[in-house]
Amino acid sequence: MSVEPFVFLGCVDLRELLPYEARDVRELLDQLGRVPVESLFCHTAAALLHRPVLPAAYPNDFAVWAGGEMRDQRLAERLAAIDPFASDSMEHVREELVAVISDHLQHFPAPAPAGPIDPFRFFQAHLIPVPTGHQARTLREFRDALAEIDISALFYHLIEARYRLGRRRGDFAEWVASALDRPEVTERLERIDPYVGSLERMRDRHLTVLTGALDEQAQ
Amino acid sequence: MTAAVAWAKLDDYRDVAPRGAVDFLLRIGERLRGRRLVHVSASRYGRVMVELLNRLVPILNDLGIDTSWEILIGSADFEGIMRTVSRGLMGTEQVVTDAMLARLRAVSAENAARLRLDGDLVMVHDTAPLLLVESRSSSARWVWRYHHDLSSPQPQLWNALRPFAQRYDAVVFSLPRFAAPLTVPRFIVHASVDPLSERNREMPRAEQAAHLERLRVPRDKPFLLQVGRFDRAHDPLGVINAYRHVKKHHDVRLVLAGPPPGPGGDVLAEVQEAASHDPDVSVVSLPPDPQSEVNALERAAVIVLHKPLTTGFGIDVAAAMWKGKPVIGSVAGGIPVQIVSGVTGYTVETVEGAAFRTRQLLSNPELIGRMGAAGREHIRRNFLITRHLGDYLALLALLTR
Repeated sequence: MSVEPFVFLGCVDLRELLPYEARDVRELLDQLGRVPVESLFCHTAAALLHRPVLPAAYPNDFAVWAGGEMRDQRLAERLAAIDPFASDSMEHVREELVAVISDHLQHFPAPAPAGPIDPFRFFQAHLIPVPTGHQARTLREFRDALAEIDISALFYHLIEARYRLGRRRGDFAEWVASALDRPEVTERLERIDPYVGSLERMRDRHLTVLTGALDEQAQ
Repeated sequence: MTAAVAWAKLDDYRDVAPRGAVDFLLRIGERLRGRRLVHVSASRYGRVMVELLNRLVPILNDLGIDTSWEILIGSADFEGIMRTVSRGLMGTEQVVTDAMLARLRAVSAENAARLRLDGDLVMVHDTAPLLLVESRSSSARWVWRYHHDLSSPQPQLWNALRPFAQRYDAVVFSLPRFAAPLTVPRFIVHASVDPLSERNREMPRAEQAAHLERLRVPRDKPFLLQVGRFDRAHDPLGVINAYRHVKKHHDVRLVLAGPPPGPGGDVLAEVQEAASHDPDVSVVSLPPDPQSEVNALERAAVIVLHKPLTTGFGIDVAAAMWKGKPVIGSVAGGIPVQIVSGVTGYTVETVEGAAFRTRQLLSNPELIGRMGAAGREHIRRNFLITRHLGDYLALLALLTR
């Protein structure tokens, strides 16, 4: 039986600065109701694409800003707990963000920032997919290609794909399940937490799972 | 005039770029092969932007993207006007008359008739060629790439020039905080360092030692380094005061290196006076184009300080981090974007903060190594010329598809 190859795509991206910004938590709440949904993707799930190697940081830009510029740790923690990877859609993420900030403001009306602050500036990312030239038909080829490809391919297949295709899992797990029929490997890939801190760490986690599966296969 | 450029190949970056990045850039290049990109700037000499184009133009051509670099020609009076206008756009109050603006338009029109502006994408760098857009053809896409801070331009001047910026298909800024309000799309592309340039290439210890000897920097003690002009904006006196706090606890030297004093605004005499009381403070006047000298100084330093009160992107920070040095920097310009505070160095707001963080690092030498290594990786992923190339390819793909 011929296996449908997995074609690795990477992506180049450009960040466009949108004409929305917030100088305090209340303005952030207002702007969250206005900005395009692509901007929410850019600041939550896609934050990994531009993130420095900093595993201890909050996982989305809203939480980072609330904790850093607003010095509001309570709000930062609650925003950090919003998991775009567990949400059905970015509109649902928007609802969660609005609900958390509204609730927070009810209990803790935001004081004016004490000193000069860097406002929250909303972005939108323009992604252009490009084939990396790598493809795989077996688990070993897949593992070897994954070790070499540009890091943007991990973003494209693991994060962007979920939103593009409206799926709960990334392309890697999907292909291992459908083309290789390896449910036990699929399950392990699905269990990798996207909140490991960086795309390179996600690569490492995937390589560990795939290498483990290949070792088991060889025994 | 078409600029001559230094030759470089993308393959040369395989050992320094992130894993897979060079192959991926080659693939993007394949996809864009045959498109034509024209850069336009005021000069082929200078620092950050010109060094970047010197490398990028041959690489883009090597990728199969027909790329040229056109240089604006203007008389001496035009250059004087341009300097005034540039300062005004960066927020320093200037006198710009209607006659000066008329001269800008006339020179732009002359150049538009002479330059080869037939690209699929025309990228116009900084202020001088801004008005060329008046002569744009309908088929090409035009981008204004402004490398400085346009957040608070002189209002009257910006009112006169803003309509020209609005005629571009997009404007590219180096930082969100540098962006002016415009109705055309505004993209953000950070500055970058070239790891193969004379300033950043690997340098053997013997060569470093020879440079240090020529600059009369003793190597008997670890030294802190700040490279920057001897003017108030770079706060060399603040750095000396921070060093004095540190010196009470650690036997280190301070090296302040900068170009020879230019007209106006220099505080070199004050710096020399402050340094004269301590033989462990070296004030180094750098030679013209001191790329290898600064490379050697940064590699030999134990910690690099970069504490300007105001700055542009401040890509010197990334250059020091690329050499595996923790950097203690101010929060001006693009410095906070480059330093991940607590991971690759520290951002500080005061002299005391700079002193405290320096002491903290010197007291924990393992942190110096760890932060230096983390900084180099951070630069590899985010601030190398290969990332910059990818951003420009993305711009070409996005605007000319």
